[in-house]
Amino acid sequence: MCGDLLMDTSAVLARVTDIVRDTLDDDDILLSPDTVASNVPGWDSLAHIRIMVAVEQAFHIRLKTDQITSLKDVGGLVDLIVQATSS
Amino acid sequence: MSFSRARLSWLTEPPADFRRRCKDLRADQTALGEAVQSLATHRLDNPSAEQLSRAIKRLTAEGADPAPLSQLRLLVLKAATYDLVEACLPAAAARAGVWLDICPSASDQIEQIALGMVPLDSPSKPDAVLVTLDPFWLDLGRSASTSAEAEERVATAIERLGVVMDGIAKTFAATVIVTSVPPPQQRLFGSYDARAAFSPARLIDAFNRALVTRCDDFGAILFDVAAISQSVGTDNWLDNRLYNLYKLPFSPDFVPLYCDSLARILGAIRGKSRKCLVLDLDNTCWGGVIGDDGIENIRIGPGSAEGESFLAVQRLALELKGRGVVLAVSSKNDDETARGPFRNHPEMLLRESDIAVFQANWNDKPSNLEAIARTLSIGLDALVFLDDNSAERAQVRAALPAVAVPELPDDPADYAATLSAGGYFEAVAFSDEDRSRAASYAANAKRAEVEAQSRDLGDYLSALSMTIQFAPFDAMNRARIAQLINKSNQFNLTSRRYSETDVAAMENGGVEFTLQTRLADRFSDFGMIGVVICRATDAPESNEWAIDTWLMSCRVLGRRVEEAMLAEVVARARARGIGVLRGQYIPTAKNGMVSTHFDKLGFTRTGTHPSGACDYALVLADYETPKLPHTRVDGNEASPAGPKAQQPA
Repeated sequence: MCGDLLMDTSAVLARVTDIVRDTLDDDDILLSPDTVASNVPGWDSLAHIRIMVAVEQAFHIRLKTDQITSLKDVGGLVDLIVQATSS
Repeated sequence: MSFSRARLSWLTEPPADFRRRCKDLRADQTALGEAVQSLATHRLDNPSAEQLSRAIKRLTAEGADPAPLSQLRLLVLKAATYDLVEACLPAAAARAGVWLDICPSASDQIEQIALGMVPLDSPSKPDAVLVTLDPFWLDLGRSASTSAEAEERVATAIERLGVVMDGIAKTFAATVIVTSVPPPQQRLFGSYDARAAFSPARLIDAFNRALVTRCDDFGAILFDVAAISQSVGTDNWLDNRLYNLYKLPFSPDFVPLYCDSLARILGAIRGKSRKCLVLDLDNTCWGGVIGDDGIENIRIGPGSAEGESFLAVQRLALELKGRGVVLAVSSKNDDETARGPFRNHPEMLLRESDIAVFQANWNDKPSNLEAIARTLSIGLDALVFLDDNSAERAQVRAALPAVAVPELPDDPADYAATLSAGGYFEAVAFSDEDRSRAASYAANAKRAEVEAQSRDLGDYLSALSMTIQFAPFDAMNRARIAQLINKSNQFNLTSRRYSETDVAAMENGGVEFTLQTRLADRFSDFGMIGVVICRATDAPESNEWAIDTWLMSCRVLGRRVEEAMLAEVVARARARGIGVLRGQYIPTAKNGMVSTHFDKLGFTRTGTHPSGACDYALVLADYETPKLPHTRVDGNEASPAGPKAQQPA
């Protein structure tokens, strides 16, 4: 059971990429840890809400308010997810 | 899966290749509407719903014909983030039989858009406008200081909403849908908040009551979000974190439920609500298998927990029947065996007379469902099929995708809740006519049985035991006569319109002859179904009548009623020394069906006009009364208008 929850960063990044591609309806999007939302076409504030909601639902996690507001880039999001799924 | 409203447990999981199927939909493929509705009829998570909704948008842009889904354009006025709802809603709408197009609009512009101060991006007018309300916009989320202030705050909120609703009517002339407000999460004085007029709980409750009145007066539709929030728990409904971060008005976990509930209302607006509940019997209406267990051993009634579960299903079915839903049975059993409990088991709530069509046989269920739809003259898309057996459910879904087949949990204790939560019978209005619809469908079913047993049409008409009643116009029936005169378009020879005042004048000698006709048969009373008005012509010997008006209700076609009416008119005319009846057919866009009415009644065509109008004449000396299948019932005998000559029967 523990093994399932412990996801490594590359697996999480792959899953987040799927979610972002799905939400923005663009299969060509590539994400790396230092990608920021403003670099991704279509990732505006409304899309951001849908991506964050989808991420929480997909990983069955609830991130804290201050964690979300202090996010800088995709790498930061991946780290938060790894942390949330391993606790 | 056990019953869960939030997870739409009455729907099945989508296919594994759902995403592929959405992408593969083509605007020009055959049966596109059905394919989209089929894909939508699953428990869709938000990403899946978004995918299907995007496909629907793409297909709309490609000019797809969504039939049999009905088109609807919706504008959502909001002061919170409804982006996720709007992204998922078209998929839910397709499930409810609606091809939805959402007008893009900005948030926090409720009054501006409603009052037409801000134009919409797209020039196309919405068919319906949803006004989403929340306690923040209405200023009902915080306590008042006094009950007087509470009253004022509620009045202000209703007034603010009223301005928006009036604005929508003026700017868009669209149907208004407005949401009720969820109860608050906090009760500062605990139970006392329910009694304190200044508490947010009481403020919101007072507002929701005033909202119902406002909807009644305005003719708006209520989307009861308050009820939905309570069904999943007000603590779960609003996620404060997500409201603070993103202004989400409720947790995204409930977007599927919200969309499904709203979609049903849109479906009801388009007339897509279901009309008939078809019940399996064994282990659906009672515990056990009647053929094996016998009537003494089936479990139904308050004697056991299991029996109570099935009683709840029967009780729900009866309540639905009371609201105009037709009940039918489809069971794999001998007919007599299956009817046994309905006739003889003291704990059964359902009786044979509650069931409009009873199909107990060894045929497959899809064939039975088709027979039920045919007998009731309704579409397969009007049926809901309740069956505990997952194999039967799967067979029906595969063979007849238009039939709604709720997925049932393992425990019968939740069957009734699941059927109810499925929302198949959603209504946006309800009248006495809706309530009695079940009875009229049942009557149609009985007529269909008689027809199936009749050798020919004559035999069938005799078997209906029709009674017909003639009378001159009278004050008591004036409103109904005027209604028929003004609303009949199809079976109307001359389409002349008269007001109630005109009709009143005719009662008192304004014209030569008036006739109202009533028809009933063994199964129901149709009321007044025909009107004739005759005037004098300027023929030199004054021995002619001109048929100014001849109209009938389409409900009584094919019953030789027009022949009976002619016989009556001829009898009255002869009694007044009239020798010739002159008829006229004036064509309109809608009355093509009566273009040969007078020809069929034996009139001779005497002239045709460039407009397509035709003149006819019948010499009464040449007329012979045919043998007709109706029995004459005397109310007042039809007689010439003028000084009262007839005696009431």
